Amino acid sequence: MIDGAKPAALPARAGLGLKPEHYGHILDARPDVGFFEVHAENYMGAGGPPHRYLEAVADLYPLSLHGVGLSIGAAGPLDGEHLRRLRGLIDRYRPQSFSEHLAWSTHESGFLNDLLPLPYTQETLERVIAHVDEAQQAIGRRLLLENPSTYLLFAESTIDEIDFLDEIAERTGCGLLLDVNNVMVSSINHGLDPVAYIDRFPVARIGEIHLAGYDETVDGAGDRLLIDAHGSPVKTDVMALYAHTLARTGPLPTLIEWDNDVPDFATLHAEAVHADALIAREAARRNVHIRAA
Amino acid sequence: MSFATSQDHFAQALLHAESPLPVGVTTARGEADAARFAVYRNNVYVGLAKTLAQRFPVTERLLGPEFFAGMARVYAQDNKPVSPLIIEYGEDFPDFIAGFGPAREVPYVPDVARLEAAWTRAYHAADVAPLDLHRLASLPPDVLPHMRLAVHPSATLVSSAHPVGSIWAAHQTTVVTGVTEWRAETVLVVRPDMAVNLHVLPGQDAPFARAIFAGETLAAAAEAALAQDANFDFGAALVGLAALGAFADIHEGDTA
Repeated sequence: MIDGAKPAALPARAGLGLKPEHYGHILDARPDVGFFEVHAENYMGAGGPPHRYLEAVADLYPLSLHGVGLSIGAAGPLDGEHLRRLRGLIDRYRPQSFSEHLAWSTHESGFLNDLLPLPYTQETLERVIAHVDEAQQAIGRRLLLENPSTYLLFAESTIDEIDFLDEIAERTGCGLLLDVNNVMVSSINHGLDPVAYIDRFPVARIGEIHLAGYDETVDGAGDRLLIDAHGSPVKTDVMALYAHTLARTGPLPTLIEWDNDVPDFATLHAEAVHADALIAREAARRNVHIRAA
Repeated sequence: MSFATSQDHFAQALLHAESPLPVGVTTARGEADAARFAVYRNNVYVGLAKTLAQRFPVTERLLGPEFFAGMARVYAQDNKPVSPLIIEYGEDFPDFIAGFGPAREVPYVPDVARLEAAWTRAYHAADVAPLDLHRLASLPPDVLPHMRLAVHPSATLVSSAHPVGSIWAAHQTTVVTGVTEWRAETVLVVRPDMAVNLHVLPGQDAPFARAIFAGETLAAAAEAALAQDANFDFGAALVGLAALGAFADIHEGDTA
C-alpha cells in the first residue's frame, strides 16, 4: 500500500486486539474487522515474527498503537529511551492512533508491570501535563489519554477525574480514550453513578472507546469490587453503558480488549460484531434524526 | 507530602506485603481498605509470575505450576523488570533457579530454563540473513584457518551436563515422550528465518561450536575439537553449523 493511501484516522468501527495466536488466521481469512490494536511494548524487539506479522496486518487494516509502559502519571521523569522506542515504532508503522494511560508503572525500583493510580491535585496535574507535552513532542503526534480503572481513592485528591482529564486535554491538545469498562469499574468501586460519569465526559475530545470484561469480588467491608481483568466477554451492563455512550458521542472507533485467557478468533470476533451492531444502530438513528429534522 | 514522596510510599507498600498501607489511600467509605490495595500487589506479582510462566513453559512443567509460581514470586520480589520491555523479563531467571535451594533436586532445570530464555531472545532478535554457504565454499582453503565467524544475532549455544535439548523436545507435546539417552548435550538455539529452532549438536562438534561462539579462529576451534575427539570432521562441522544458520558473517582478524 502506498503511503498516501493510508487512512488518517481509525474508522468508526469495532476493532480487536491483535494476538499472536490469531496472526495466521487473520492473514488467511481477512475477517471484516474495523482495525487492530497492539500494545506497543510487545513490538519493541529488534525483529522476528511479531514485526513480520504486524507489517502484514498493518498493510490490510488500520492500526492503533496502545502504550502500556510510558508511565505518564509518574512523579519522576519520563524514560527518554522509551520515548525513542515509541517514536521508532510510530515512524515505522504509521498507526492511525497512539494512546497511553493516565497511570504510572515505573519507579526507581523498576518497571512495576501494572497501571497504578495517582492522586488528582494541582501538583499532579501539572506533572501529567508536562509529561503529555513531552511525549507528544517526542513522538511527533497527538496522543489519546485513557481514563483509568481504580480500586482506591486518595485523600489528598482535590480535582474530579473528568475535570483532571479535561484540563490535560485542554492544555496539551491531546485527545481522550474513553474506556467504558474502566468507567463501570471505577464508578462501582467508588460508589458513583457510571451514567453520570459518561454524561459529564467531554465527548468532543474522545478519539477512541475501549470495552472489556471485568471480574467481580468484594473488598474488606464486603462492598462490591470490580476488577479490570480483560479476560472475559464485555459484561451486559458495560454494553448498555456503551450504547448510552454512543448516543452521546455518535459512532466512534471501539476496541474490544481481551488480553488474558485469549479465546479463539471466532469468540473474539463475535464481541466486535456486537459492538459494530451498536455503532451501526447509532449511525442509523442519527441519520433518521437528521432526515426527520 | 509531595507527589514524589507519596508515590515512593505507594511503591514501597506495593512491593512489600508486610508493609502498612500507604498514608492517604482511602475509599468512598472514608477508610483505607487492605483488600483493595491488595489488588495492585496481586497485579504486580501475579503479572510478573505469569510473564515468567509464558517464557519458561517447560521449566514450569518440570517443576509443577504451584512450585513454579512460588519460585517466580520470590524472583520477582528482588528482580523487577528493568524497563517496560516485558518481553525481556527473566533473562537471569535461569541463574536464579540454579541458586534457588528447593530447585536443586532437579539439576537439569536451570539449563532447560537457559534454552527457554534463549528461545525468546531468538524470537525477538534482529532479522539477519545467515551466512551463505556459497560464500563459505568460495574461500581459499589457506585463508580459512585464520577466519572467525560472526555469530547470528538470534543464536545461543547452551552446553549442559544433561540432555537438556532432548528434555525440552520431549515436553513440546501434551504427552511427554521419553529421553532415551542420558548424556551431556550442547544445543544451538537459532532463528535463521521466522521459526526458532533448537538443534542438539553432534557431540564431537560441540567444542568446535563453543570455541567459534567464543570468538576463536577456525584453526583454534578445530584444535579444541580434535583435542576432545580425534575423529572430528572440520568440514562437516563447519558446513553443518552454517547450514543451521548459526553465523551471520565470516571475516579475517580480531574484530567481530
